[in-house]
Amino acid sequence: MLVEIGHFALVLALLVALVQGTIPLVGASVRSRALMDLAQPAALLQFALVALAFAVFMHAHIISDFSVRNVFENSHTAKPLLYKVTGVWGSHEGSMMLWVFMLTLFGGLVAGFGRALPASLRARTLAIQGLLGFGTLLFMIATSNPFDRLFPTPADGRDLNPLLQDPGLAFHPPFLYFGYVGFSITYSFAIAALIGGRVGAQWARWVRPWALSAWCGLTIGIALGSWWAYYVLGWGGWWYWDPVENASFMPWLLGTALLHSAAVVEKRETLQRWTVLLAILTFGMSLIGTFLVRSGVLTSVHSFAVDPARGVFILALIALVVGGGLLLYAFRAPGLETGNPFAPISREGVLVFNNLLLCAGMATVFLGTFYPLFAEVWSGVKLSVGPQFFDATFVPILMPGIIAMVIGPVLAWRRGNLAAALRRLSPALVGAFLAPVVVFLLNHAAPPAALAGVALAVWATLGVLTDLADRSGLARLPLRATWRRLRHLPRGTWGYALAHFGVGVLIAGIVVSTAWRSERIESMHAGDTLAIAGRTLRFVGVTEGDVANYHVERAQILVERPGGAAMTLYPERRWYPVARSQTTNTAITTNGFGDLYLALGDPDGQGGWVLRAYYNPLVPWIWFGAVLAALGGILSLSDRRLRMRLPAARASAAGAIRAGDS
Amino acid sequence: MISLRLLFAVVLLVVTMGPSVHAVEPSERLADAALEARARGLSKELRCLVCQNQSIDESNADLAHDLRLLLRERLVAGDTDRQVLDYIAARYGVFVLLDPPFAPLTWVLWLTPPVLVLGGGGLLLLRARRRRLEPPVPELSREERARAALLLGDQQ
Repeated sequence: MLVEIGHFALVLALLVALVQGTIPLVGASVRSRALMDLAQPAALLQFALVALAFAVFMHAHIISDFSVRNVFENSHTAKPLLYKVTGVWGSHEGSMMLWVFMLTLFGGLVAGFGRALPASLRARTLAIQGLLGFGTLLFMIATSNPFDRLFPTPADGRDLNPLLQDPGLAFHPPFLYFGYVGFSITYSFAIAALIGGRVGAQWARWVRPWALSAWCGLTIGIALGSWWAYYVLGWGGWWYWDPVENASFMPWLLGTALLHSAAVVEKRETLQRWTVLLAILTFGMSLIGTFLVRSGVLTSVHSFAVDPARGVFILALIALVVGGGLLLYAFRAPGLETGNPFAPISREGVLVFNNLLLCAGMATVFLGTFYPLFAEVWSGVKLSVGPQFFDATFVPILMPGIIAMVIGPVLAWRRGNLAAALRRLSPALVGAFLAPVVVFLLNHAAPPAALAGVALAVWATLGVLTDLADRSGLARLPLRATWRRLRHLPRGTWGYALAHFGVGVLIAGIVVSTAWRSERIESMHAGDTLAIAGRTLRFVGVTEGDVANYHVERAQILVERPGGAAMTLYPERRWYPVARSQTTNTAITTNGFGDLYLALGDPDGQGGWVLRAYYNPLVPWIWFGAVLAALGGILSLSDRRLRMRLPAARASAAGAIRAGDS
Repeated sequence: MISLRLLFAVVLLVVTMGPSVHAVEPSERLADAALEARARGLSKELRCLVCQNQSIDESNADLAHDLRLLLRERLVAGDTDRQVLDYIAARYGVFVLLDPPFAPLTWVLWLTPPVLVLGGGGLLLLRARRRRLEPPVPELSREERARAALLLGDQQ
């Protein structure tokens, strides 16, 4: 009965979405306040209905109601409760549920907190959000109904894919989807602005918090996913340029560009068209990321969307959302830009430059991901595009961006002075030249690429610190005054500093862990030892046992280091009998500056076991950096200037008119 | 997206039907450290054909094992890195090469990124130059002024 209520709520949400997607649009064009104001209650109602359906679906998973097909296929009575909850989004239907939940959540948030928005902009934004909800709900109900029943009811389920039964992966999807779907609201704002014909500083101020929240979610989601890959896949890598990874990285790159160009629109009333285009494309990439990869076009062996109806529906949805958005853009954008002029050397100039690099980088990732598909279609030849391609193209494209990222914030708007900026950054400049020299003196075998990477990391981190010192008047003013200035810097400035510093930390992690990683792979018998990175690993033996829903083989390894306390690590292999699959559970110990990473391999047939030991220096910094960047985003979000408030009548009027509907 | 990422891992498990930890086995290693280092480098450039997007360096599939032995045989026989890759590509198709060679089929792939950056950069520079020559923003016309009044009135 409860399940039918959930199903019914979903269908009702579809109808509400249809109302939300049409009537307020009509209302905005005939300027009927009553019709426009239908948007908020509709958005809230749609959210409430979807939330109800989501809760019912989760309930079915928690109580293991195997009469629901999805629960039967993805759960088991012996599965730990945590994974019964998080297993909700472990399947195709469940992740669609999470997707549409996020979509309506964002609609509901705009309806709830967007009181200060002009009525027509709010009505149109919510209407577009309603149409997106309509498309997704229709897709769910027509092709991926989470509430499908099964009769007769099976006694037990098939269990969730064991790889999903992991804390890192349990919380990865909600963050990732928060990011993906968060960009739906910037899309809706962009389309609403195109229909209305006005994109000014005020619009950018309204859009920025949403873009920023989505970006933070996506950053954390990607970091969690990569961390999961690192500790689960058992070879110590954390990024493989896999289509799945690229799918989340492409909207991140565009979202980063969007964030910065929206700032330019807000501060300087320029780049309006470009920002609107980015908003459309970012959400387009989110859609392509989630759906196209999932539709199985990219990989022939795909278990989810084997149903062609799903693939066709998804393609139509993407074509409609992206194609429709771009078409509208083509018609309306020429009337938008007011374009306050700026010199190439200016803060705007650097932001545009980095926008270009981020977009070119995104296009490169897109090309690399989809090229095998294109090539096969037009030539019939199957080819591979592996990490080597991305390392050779994407990395050099983004490198100048890192250099510029430090200079931009030090330059003035409109017209900057590069020489003065570099003078202000001289401590960072000196550091960036000295650091690789020091590294080279310590290690003559250091590869040139690693030296360049070290220079970049030092430049990025020291650059931010130098800028902060400069802004606070350090060394020019008494310490007390510096401290006061530092405390009174706007949160947005702190946010920028933290995020950019995080990027520096991330680069340091990537460069050092790639260049100076050690690896030992050996067959070990009880009592054997292995030396790695100044540590001695003593192989004690392997024990077996049964835990919850799996069988485990656990190696005991004593780690000794001179002058340090000995510790024991337990890398495992698990066998999940119901799901009939095996997983590796690596054992990792970290001191913040490096990870000792152990993975248990196969028995060698002579009483020994293959042990893979890695020492990955600075690898934790990759995730520290990503978390710092996301925290920077959250800090900016708390800046007073970004809170929604009544639009101040500003000088933006002239721009608005030039862009006004004709 | 988890499900996707997972999927790859899962498909890998299903396809290989083997135990889960991947990669080079101690028994495969060559005695000559320099040759072995080259072998490891090469095995990162070769795709495991029965796996989902993995190099033979990381895969534990039988085919990956065979390819790892094959490339070591070629290295011991004195092949250069290029010759080893060509030898394997000739037998297993270009699909096996993770680093796509620069050939007519991949011209677009390799040339698009630099063209995008240079073309985009050139376009921006041209635009910046043209803009500087443009006259300042013209005054509002009478109609625009009227519309401004209307819009500002609307806003208050």
